[in-house]
Amino acid sequence: MTAYEMVVGLEVHVELATRTKLFCACSAAFGGAPNTHCCPVCSGMPGALPVLNRRVVDLAIATGLALGCRITRHTQFDRKNYFYPDLPKAYQISQLYMPICRGGSVQIDVGGARKDVRIHEIHMEEDAGKLVHDPWTDRTMADYNRCGVPLLEIVSEPDMRSPEEVVAYLEKLRATLQYLGVSDCKMQEGSLRADVNLSVRPVGSEALGTRTEMKNLNSFKAIARAVAGEFRRQVELLQDGRAVRQETRRWDDNKDTSFAMRSKEDAQDYRYFPEPDLPPLVIDEAWIERVRASLPELAEAKIARFQRDMGLSERDARALTAEKPLCDLFEQTAACCARPKDAANWVMGEVRAALKARGLAPDALTLAPEALARIVLLTAQGSLARDGAREALQAAMDASPDAPLDVDAFARAHGLLLARDDGACERAVREALQAFPAEVARCRAGEEKLVGFLVGQAMKRMPGRGDPRRVSELLREALRAPDA
Amino acid sequence: MQLTDLTALELGAAIKSRACSVEEAVRASLARIAALDGRIGAFITVCEQEALQEARRVQRGIDDGSLTHPLAGVPMALKDNLSTRGVRTTCGSRMLEGYVPTFDATVVERLRALGAVCVGKTNMDEFAMGSSTETSYFHPTRNPFDPARVPGGSSGGSAAAVAAREVPYALGSDTGGSIRQPASFCGVTGLKPTYGAVSRYGLIAYASSLDQIGPLCRDALDAAAVHAAIAGADARDATSVQAPPLPPLGAPDLAGLCVGIPEEYLGEGLDPQVRARVLDCAQTLRELGAQVERCSMPALRAAIPAYYVLASAEASSNLSRYDGIKYGYRAAPRPDGEEDLTGLYARTRSEGFGREVKRRVLLGTFALCSGYYDAYYAKAQRARALIRASFDEALARFDALLGPTAPTTAFPLGERLDDPLQMYLGDIYTVSVNLAGLPGLSIPCGADAQGLPVGAQLIAAPFGEGTLLRIAAAYQAATGHHRRAPKEVG
Repeated sequence: MTAYEMVVGLEVHVELATRTKLFCACSAAFGGAPNTHCCPVCSGMPGALPVLNRRVVDLAIATGLALGCRITRHTQFDRKNYFYPDLPKAYQISQLYMPICRGGSVQIDVGGARKDVRIHEIHMEEDAGKLVHDPWTDRTMADYNRCGVPLLEIVSEPDMRSPEEVVAYLEKLRATLQYLGVSDCKMQEGSLRADVNLSVRPVGSEALGTRTEMKNLNSFKAIARAVAGEFRRQVELLQDGRAVRQETRRWDDNKDTSFAMRSKEDAQDYRYFPEPDLPPLVIDEAWIERVRASLPELAEAKIARFQRDMGLSERDARALTAEKPLCDLFEQTAACCARPKDAANWVMGEVRAALKARGLAPDALTLAPEALARIVLLTAQGSLARDGAREALQAAMDASPDAPLDVDAFARAHGLLLARDDGACERAVREALQAFPAEVARCRAGEEKLVGFLVGQAMKRMPGRGDPRRVSELLREALRAPDA
Repeated sequence: MQLTDLTALELGAAIKSRACSVEEAVRASLARIAALDGRIGAFITVCEQEALQEARRVQRGIDDGSLTHPLAGVPMALKDNLSTRGVRTTCGSRMLEGYVPTFDATVVERLRALGAVCVGKTNMDEFAMGSSTETSYFHPTRNPFDPARVPGGSSGGSAAAVAAREVPYALGSDTGGSIRQPASFCGVTGLKPTYGAVSRYGLIAYASSLDQIGPLCRDALDAAAVHAAIAGADARDATSVQAPPLPPLGAPDLAGLCVGIPEEYLGEGLDPQVRARVLDCAQTLRELGAQVERCSMPALRAAIPAYYVLASAEASSNLSRYDGIKYGYRAAPRPDGEEDLTGLYARTRSEGFGREVKRRVLLGTFALCSGYYDAYYAKAQRARALIRASFDEALARFDALLGPTAPTTAFPLGERLDDPLQMYLGDIYTVSVNLAGLPGLSIPCGADAQGLPVGAQLIAAPFGEGTLLRIAAAYQAATGHHRRAPKEVG
């Protein structure tokens, strides 16, 4: 039987983190009561005209530079015409003929294999509004708050061959956009959306098969499942001797399957033409250089620096930079406690595990780096045991960001600080030895496994505060002593 | 003498000198509208209460010295595609019959700020698509020189209102001749400014890359004053630019000026009487010291088809927002309760738009369809570039170009309504100026045998409004054509 491979390209929409909209001064903030972030321009009133928010162009250029794209020097906006109630002008201002960026790539790493996924183009466009159906009154209401919010559409070449590559591409792209400060990339708020273009072909073939476009993908996991599911569906069709139809499909993650939305024959003719209300946009060298000078440190540079200056392994450095919120936490924690390796282990280990246990995404993290730094330091000094440190971490994650946890006070109050006071330990050891003379004798006779029992007894006599290493040391010393 | 016989600047001076009050000026205008407009039909909406209230505010400003502009207190009218806060703005369409804007167009804001008083909104071809004002949903407007004839269009209401002395000046908009051609038909002075000279913010778009707002006045001096008041860059219109200020109109002679007459403007289809009056005008300019020569601009032949493709393409997109969802006309629900979105759109737009608008929306939609885009839209853009280059070349040689504004004088109502091609061909001398983004001015230069006004068109390089107005002012100082008032309504 023929073996097939998948050929996947992505269209990723990101909402840009600008204060105002693409063509008016309305707030671009997420949420707000319906139709409160609107004006005559973004709600498409007759006679209103768009004026370009140049900050959007800055962010588009920054993205292009970070992904190694060519920046189009003479660009323009185009109108994409279609009727829908969430689009009050009945056209979307977008870019078709001269997108602001072309070329470039995203480097991904799957199972140790590096690969460049090429970028076809990046263009600027405005978002549409939202329709809300009220089942109670059976009416549909329009909310234009999102109308005119700036978007970048990042279109890849069909270079991905597995769900893992797709997810790696998305993770790398998201991290880059987050490092740039271009977007917060919150899928749950729709600030990052991805459509999947997928076709299949016999392994070894160079020709592209008929592709489908998959929409309604709400998480990276859903995307991975949708990619795998669509691959299976297309392969089964071909194996049954049927053809894949060029169509747009909608993924239903609950049912783990997709449904055809519209076929190529029903595809709309968007009648694109250059937007006459906006003059052509000329981007000169000075503009590009100004953006280049303002670019923050990106993941690859961080990975190199973490290895060079902080002594991390490449693997740890890559893992840390994959998600910006965790990377930020790591850098700030390391700066506070001056123990980068310990800080890295804590972030990648305990912090990540705690997030997972709470079912939180990294961008929902509110842990204060000062608190984590104190936990790292006390643990490294031996003042906190692993269990106590975990307890402190949970409390630090529960604390509100405005009032971070005082780790020392918390540890004292909950008796988590280990007794480093030899007097208390010696007293406990002495009491344990006196309470179990027979066991002491057997121990001295060489019954090594009873040492643990005696340590336990000593620990019991100083509950919660004993440093087991120190107790064990003192106990062994006492056993070695000629007369206890 | 009546207040309504004064030009805008004369009336402004009378108000300033306390010879009359703002309220008297506004009441005189309102009274003339009340007396005449039943026969002319220049207005869609008369804002009597608002105007009288505004008159009192402006009078206080004049009295306390905060309003000193020469046009302060002078009544005026606005074409009904200029957004006026709180006053319905219909665009001459059923689609916007009850639409009340929440904001003023920039030009309205600027005129209000200097103390102009709007007395009403003038009739127009629906969405500015037409050359006769007959496509208005509301009623036709009649030419004050002959009520059986059209006033031209699409700013026919503004031109008729000025010609009938209902207002001393009015604003119109010009996409393919919509200020100049009605100015020509109604014997008034109409200026279509350079593209970008006047902000389009608040002008309900017909074709964005061609639309410009401009004044229709009794003479060139008024046109200069109104143009200066409304021009200038606007942060709300990205296509607007700051032009240098108009030079003083000064010199009564035209010595040193070079004027070209393109052969293409005197060719087939031109009424011989119009031709004769325009050549008379050329002779007067010569007598005033200008050098007048013939020239040739063959690229202009492509102007009509290029214009109707590009303007219709942009219109098809600009008018898509009238879908019955947010504001404006919405078709009644289907009696069977089976409502689907496409059906609602289709019925709303079929019922809300008139025939000419639907014709151009269909034409424009077709021109932008994939598969036809290159053959129509892209080709028309190339023709536009050629026309622009041709004007650049001619205007490097001449300070201004002269020709007729329209091939004929005002035609009878109904004559061309069912013959769109003939109607479109009437725009032959005006559309190329919009395609090239140039300033154009129409001035009265006499009458035909029936006493109907003939207009001469002057065209200059970008931001050459000063040159056009200087020529017009010198011509009007030397002749009296612009002072001839229509008798029929007098």
